Amino acid sequence: MIRETYVNALTLLALVAIPAWALYADEPFTITLMTRAAIFAIAAIGLNIALGIGGLVSLGHAVFFGIGGYAMGILAHHAQTYTPLAEWPFLIDGTKSMPIIWLVAICLSALAALVIGALSLRTTGVYFIMITLAFGQMFFFFAISWAEYGGEDGLSIYVRNGFPGLNTLAPIQFYGLCLALLFVVLIFAWKLSKSPFGLALNAARQAPMRVETVGLDPMRLKLIAFVISGVITGLAGALFADLNRFVSPTMFSWQLSGEIIIFIILGGVGRLFGPVIGALAFVALEHWLGGLSDYWHIYLGLLLLVVVLFGRGGLIGMLSGREAVHD
Amino acid sequence: MTDPVLQTKGICKSFGALRASRDISIDLLPGEIHAIIGPNGAGKSTLIGQICGTLKPDAGSVELLGQDVTHQTARARSRAGLGRTFQISSLAMEDTVLQNALLGALGANGNPWRFWKDVLKDENLRATAEEALVRVGLEDHARVRTAELSHGQRRQLEVAVALTLRPRALVMDEPMAGMGSEGSKRLTGFLDELRHEAPILLVEHDMDAVFALADRISVLVYGEVIATGTVEEIRADAAVREAYLGEDA
Repeated sequence: MIRETYVNALTLLALVAIPAWALYADEPFTITLMTRAAIFAIAAIGLNIALGIGGLVSLGHAVFFGIGGYAMGILAHHAQTYTPLAEWPFLIDGTKSMPIIWLVAICLSALAALVIGALSLRTTGVYFIMITLAFGQMFFFFAISWAEYGGEDGLSIYVRNGFPGLNTLAPIQFYGLCLALLFVVLIFAWKLSKSPFGLALNAARQAPMRVETVGLDPMRLKLIAFVISGVITGLAGALFADLNRFVSPTMFSWQLSGEIIIFIILGGVGRLFGPVIGALAFVALEHWLGGLSDYWHIYLGLLLLVVVLFGRGGLIGMLSGREAVHD
Repeated sequence: MTDPVLQTKGICKSFGALRASRDISIDLLPGEIHAIIGPNGAGKSTLIGQICGTLKPDAGSVELLGQDVTHQTARARSRAGLGRTFQISSLAMEDTVLQNALLGALGANGNPWRFWKDVLKDENLRATAEEALVRVGLEDHARVRTAELSHGQRRQLEVAVALTLRPRALVMDEPMAGMGSEGSKRLTGFLDELRHEAPILLVEHDMDAVFALADRISVLVYGEVIATGTVEEIRADAAVREAYLGEDA
């Protein structure tokens, strides 16, 4: 067994060393793959706050991923066509600035998570899964029928959006930006898990009656967790759209919601680095197995089965055992 | 006469045709332990549910510290000073003993909407939590995962969490259940002291503990209080002997 700290340190090292090597060896595609993994990791860290700590199995997190994506797509689309987003009540122009796009993605995701959470949290267990799935499908079909923004075909953005002081079109610079955000999100998730809120949320998952009896509201704790979770996944969506310079309804699809859950299960539910390791493993498999066969999901399924059956606690659990008690 | 800390006035509760509570009026006076005994299915848990706010009575009222709390949530009643321990331990099993106690402290004097500071480094919360653990004798187990505690130790932790809230009244649902005689004796001694801090409404099957501790006993049979009195009165009561204690008691 390797201590979890070492596994985490190794993961961080990989996040820095692999792209550095790729830059040196002039392998830009590897950098793109790593960017994809980093963005998926951010999305999954978001879900892990709701799922891992709060016990909320949301099969609708693609909603926030998609909202982030469309926030980017719509704003950039108006900017590149020089058309205003709205003229009334006041003039709103599109933008190609990442910070503004992120802010919009965050606000819209928060709003959506608040509404979806408030309605979904009236249910628990399998009903919660189903209702979040239903919201996901609603957004998916809405995006498909939204002809103004490409409908089924989605929106192409010709030039990647800008970030002050960076050339985002250089793969390594865009990767650096995503990695920096990944670190910020990781640190936030780490602090949150040890904070008073984390303690209360953790207890609300395990013993809601107890939380109620000490005078706290488990529902409200879970709702706030769901909003934080949605915001982080939404931010990842905006980055993902920028990585591909393309956004389409598949960002809202339930398959994507499922994939975000897979990252977490593969890496380790509720573990800080679980989503990161899961996303890295997923992207690596997608790349290698995808090259071998179109039906690579079969192998992914087998791996998932092995991890779930034999490695309780995901890949991290297999490598470093149960989570240590922190004091 | 001193005012009761906790009081039910004629509460009734039915589940379909089953009348689980029939016009129950009991009270809890400062400094006393009032035990509720009764055979299985007598409606003890239903009564506790209504007192603590997880069940709503069909009729009647519940008063805490002179305030009518009948329509308040369990949460509001906790904040108003009603502490509770559960029959089936409802602790965060994956968390450490200290973390469970901290949760109580957080509910009592903290706000949970802090996302950054390490809760284990919060001096105030930690002091409250550790004090409660010391009082129930679990201070040496603070860093143990709750799931690894013995059944009796979990009971102790239940009491500790309730204590962090500095309750004005305690409702305890079978705190002795599953405890060895040693632990049971210890807890009996502890509750004996505790009553002066917060009176205790005690639902308990362990008759030795009940007779050792209770100032008053109410006997619940088929949702009805058939007798309330001191230990001697209850022991002598013919109806109680017939209904519950058995002829040889």
